[in-house]
Amino acid sequence: MSTFLLLLATGLGLGALYFLVASGLSLIYGLMGVLNFAHGAFLAAGAYAAWWAATGGLPGAGPDGWGFVLATAFGVAVGAVIGAVVELAVIRPLYRRHIEQVLVTVGIGLVGVALLRGIWGADALPFPRPALATGTTTIAGAAIPNDRFVLIAAAVAVLLGLLAVLRASRVGLILRAGVENRAMVEALGIEVRRTFTLVFAVGGAVAALGGVLGSVYLGSVAPGQGTSLLIFAFIVVVIGGLGSRTGWAVAAVVVGLVQQLANYYAAAGVGDLSVVLLLALVLLARPGGLAGRTA
Amino acid sequence: MSPLLELDDVHVRLGDSHVLQGVSLAVAATGVTALLGRNGVGKTTTLRAVLGLVPRSGSIRFDGREIGAGRTPWVVRQGIGYVPEDREVFGSLTVAENLRLACPDPAPERAALVDELFPELRERQRQRAGTLSGGQQQMVALGRALLAPHRLLLIDEPTKGLAPRLVTEVAAVLERVAAVTPVLLVEQNLPVVRRLASAAVVLDAGRVVHAGPAADLLADADRTKALLGVGAR
Repeated sequence: MSTFLLLLATGLGLGALYFLVASGLSLIYGLMGVLNFAHGAFLAAGAYAAWWAATGGLPGAGPDGWGFVLATAFGVAVGAVIGAVVELAVIRPLYRRHIEQVLVTVGIGLVGVALLRGIWGADALPFPRPALATGTTTIAGAAIPNDRFVLIAAAVAVLLGLLAVLRASRVGLILRAGVENRAMVEALGIEVRRTFTLVFAVGGAVAALGGVLGSVYLGSVAPGQGTSLLIFAFIVVVIGGLGSRTGWAVAAVVVGLVQQLANYYAAAGVGDLSVVLLLALVLLARPGGLAGRTA
Repeated sequence: MSPLLELDDVHVRLGDSHVLQGVSLAVAATGVTALLGRNGVGKTTTLRAVLGLVPRSGSIRFDGREIGAGRTPWVVRQGIGYVPEDREVFGSLTVAENLRLACPDPAPERAALVDELFPELRERQRQRAGTLSGGQQQMVALGRALLAPHRLLLIDEPTKGLAPRLVTEVAAVLERVAAVTPVLLVEQNLPVVRRLASAAVVLDAGRVVHAGPAADLLADADRTKALLGVGAR
């Protein structure tokens, strides 16, 4: 029983991590129709920035306590800035040119990883693990690592934050309308391009948060970390249904649990295969994903 | 009185098609100016060119200021509202959200006018706009344009696809609207044009072929038939 509980908590934690990565990715695609293959690079850059800050690069930041909070905030800010710069400099001239967008974001993803390798090397570096994330909490006899709870709490906070912004703020109103008919939003005198930059910045920030927390979970940071997480994030977005925040949340939890349980009860590595099978089954049964919307 | 909107030698090319071929026209600072013509002659494109929704060249002056190179949001913020053909309300948003998106903080007299013209919208505030009938969606589209402090409204075929009873209602609303804000109206329904318009501009194959008082044009059945392909009565 305790093993099963531990697997559940780990699966939920993994799902939370996938949700953090998928939410930024999906937000960008949902509003702007940009399939951002550079999202993994945003994630890795945020994680490396936090690592740099926590290991003495940024005054006041550190590997634990408020110092780590500051390091995380720095990583998130770097993710946001990279997202905004990429949108302004590279994506904006390519709106409605989808093939070029894919090519350029794939290119940025590759360059980003190469850049991180060039600066910090190809090997994984040990990532600081703050005391809050290193302990365990015993629930029904199962000693569950606290980092799972941190991931779940962060994902829930991001989900609630996104829902609150989308439902209750003017920016959210513009985003929801822009997804439906961008030209008409502009014909109401609203500058959608600014909102697009904001969305890319938020997407980059959430990816960076996922990168930091994923590195805490894994205990290390590596240049290719974002790329491998990005694959599962894409799967979560497709299974959840494009444009559905709650759909992605459910899909992220399902993917995390399936992967974890299959890895334990079948064999190591079967988890990844199970996730791909799950994707195929969902696409066959509900081509629009769990939320039922098609691209 | 000098015109509120002036187009001078405006061209629009969409792909291989030269849709507007040097359109020059003026819109009066009061009342309704009707933009008429057969299907496909460039009426909707003219409105979209004013707003910058299609790439255009030539001069477009609004209240004496050149706006022909401006992006759509900027042009709209100069005071030009748009009610598109087919309404283009945001179907996933509620009626209230559609209106709030257009103008988060309308002047009390504007809000009162919309309330007075479209009392039904108040009752349907929480209904998704995509579930409304065509007539109700037209109310949302018009209400959206009326709430903002526009000085000119571009209204594209507001009676298209509506039942005859609704056409009469929409015409009555437009009459009230035009008393407050000048309108450039694209309309195929000639009785509606006759009721509302003081001036008429006729396009053919992307060029202006007639401009003058609407009553004079509509009084000449032969000319109306020649220009518009339909009888004036």
